[in-house]
Amino acid sequence: MSVESLTYPPEVLVAGVGRMSLAGDWTLAASRLLEINAQKIVEHGRRATSLIIDLQAVSHLDTAGAWVINRAQQELTQARISVSLERIRPEYEAMLREAAYRDFHPPPSKRSPLIYDLLVDLGASVVGAFHDFYRGVAFLGEFVSTLAYVAANPKHFRFTALVSHIESVGLRSAPIIILINILVGAIVAQQGIFQLERFGASSLAVDLIGILVLRELGVLLTSIMIAGRSGSAITAEIGSMKMREEIDALRVMGLSANEVLIAPRVLALVCALPILTFIADMSALLGGRVVAWGYGDISPVAFLSLLKAAIAFRTFAVGLIKAPFMALVIGLIAAMDGLATEGSAESLGRQVTSSVVKSIFMVIVLDGLFAMFFAAINY
Amino acid sequence: MTLIDTALSQTQLSSQDSEVIIRVRDLVVGFGEKLVMNQLNLDVYRGEVLGFVGGSGQGKSVLTRAILGLVPIRAGSIEVFGQNRNALDPAHRRALEQRWGVLFQNGALFSGLTVKQNIQMPMREMRQISQKLMDELAMLKIELVGLSIDAADKFPSELSGGMVKRAALARALALDPELLFLDEPTSGLDPIGAAEFDELISTLQHSLGLTVFMVTHDLDSLYSICDRVAALAEGKVIAQGPLKNLLESPHPWLKAYFHGVRGGRLTSTVGDYRNS
Repeated sequence: MSVESLTYPPEVLVAGVGRMSLAGDWTLAASRLLEINAQKIVEHGRRATSLIIDLQAVSHLDTAGAWVINRAQQELTQARISVSLERIRPEYEAMLREAAYRDFHPPPSKRSPLIYDLLVDLGASVVGAFHDFYRGVAFLGEFVSTLAYVAANPKHFRFTALVSHIESVGLRSAPIIILINILVGAIVAQQGIFQLERFGASSLAVDLIGILVLRELGVLLTSIMIAGRSGSAITAEIGSMKMREEIDALRVMGLSANEVLIAPRVLALVCALPILTFIADMSALLGGRVVAWGYGDISPVAFLSLLKAAIAFRTFAVGLIKAPFMALVIGLIAAMDGLATEGSAESLGRQVTSSVVKSIFMVIVLDGLFAMFFAAINY
Repeated sequence: MTLIDTALSQTQLSSQDSEVIIRVRDLVVGFGEKLVMNQLNLDVYRGEVLGFVGGSGQGKSVLTRAILGLVPIRAGSIEVFGQNRNALDPAHRRALEQRWGVLFQNGALFSGLTVKQNIQMPMREMRQISQKLMDELAMLKIELVGLSIDAADKFPSELSGGMVKRAALARALALDPELLFLDEPTSGLDPIGAAEFDELISTLQHSLGLTVFMVTHDLDSLYSICDRVAALAEGKVIAQGPLKNLLESPHPWLKAYFHGVRGGRLTSTVGDYRNS
């Protein structure tokens, strides 16, 4: 029982057939007791043809209490037993009137078979995916036309916003990107040396690190990190602006959200991601170099000359070329999902989740497409 | 000081025997260097509707939040139902908090829940009652505040401003509180909606036996439903008593408030009604 354990729990006192009196606090604080006692009224009442309920000893009554009393009365009346309430305190009369029983006819909850729901969900999500793709392409078009407009009217472009977004997207993510890439470079080096040692080819680990990190891992890890860190922030910012009608406010001023909010953010990502990828590449090579030295007995000088032999400039360029496209995908998905936010806090949460999941997925898909493309042109 | 004394002496005649529900004594609340409340005193009696007025930024909301325990106080005491909330252990504090209901200015409905779920939220957390009774009580509250039944399954974002206020009032009434805090209940409503809401509060106050603490800017609400009015300025309650006394007060802020351009129009009409 809770702390405010009732001084006077609700009670039903039966005074012979057809007569009973109620006592105690008939309030919501009695929780279960309230329903149990209301049930008692009905049970005892059914034994008589008419019932008189004396309310004089009721010390407290609230709408919940009044409701259960009225409901019991109604149930008995339907069983053709006449019920009258007597000696009601004047202050409770209004309460009993306000909480008079009425049948609310709750709308029937629609329950359909599980398999039906599953199929409906599946169909809806397939259609939803196509819609997303369609909207994504449309949004890309809108974005490009905004860029074209801005290029023609450069004084409309918000350079200050661009710089501040580059700071928050680029500069502030640099430490975490350096850290995880040093670790990943170190792990790749350790595994490479450990596995290749069995063939006496541990020096090939340097080729492994160089090619893997520069072509794939550097840009992929950076993109995933930025999708989680900055993509989610963009969705949340734009989403909460949408919720508080700030986007509408921009629109009625004749400004476009694309131009004011989205272009600077996406462009900041496009500028920052190649720089971050470069930083990531260098950090991963550093991590690999340290582990190769300490674990594989490959001196830093030897590491560099092996690396030089293993990679060409284009190995490095492949990774870097991908970065702005990754940034574009992350930025556009984040902005689009932000704009799709509806009124509730829950919807904002859903959009942020979907933005991060979608952009990480798309980053990996795009990386695969690039791999096929570069293989096809032998680059 | 004399002002408060005269106001008090007149109300004490009527409310001497009635119980004090909220007793604020020498309250000091501040943020940084700035003192928002300075030695503030206030009494709210059982069964009355107290209208609380004050200029923007004078700290009406801060006082409400201090009473509710949302703002830390520096000195003084706040007793609600004779208990000092800040000195209670968590279990008793919860019990105390179930005896009041709060209508926030913008409704503060949980946006992820339907209106019905919003109303059932406090019931579900605090009481062990069957889903059937909870549904019935929620529908009863929805009807009491004058919403239509089909609003029950709507989400707050699908409601109009007036409906949000009503739904929030229904949630405030969920546990049948004895004390109701209303923060600017009629702001953002059209005059018809505001008048209806005033009437609703008045009806509920009478039928449910509520004590109402109402922060308001709406002069109409003050005239139509408040038993007593307290005015806040310079971190103190500069006057409290029936509206009539405040109207006659010589205090410059009160004069400006009630007899200024907007207030004057209303006070003169009230005067006309009385004369006719």
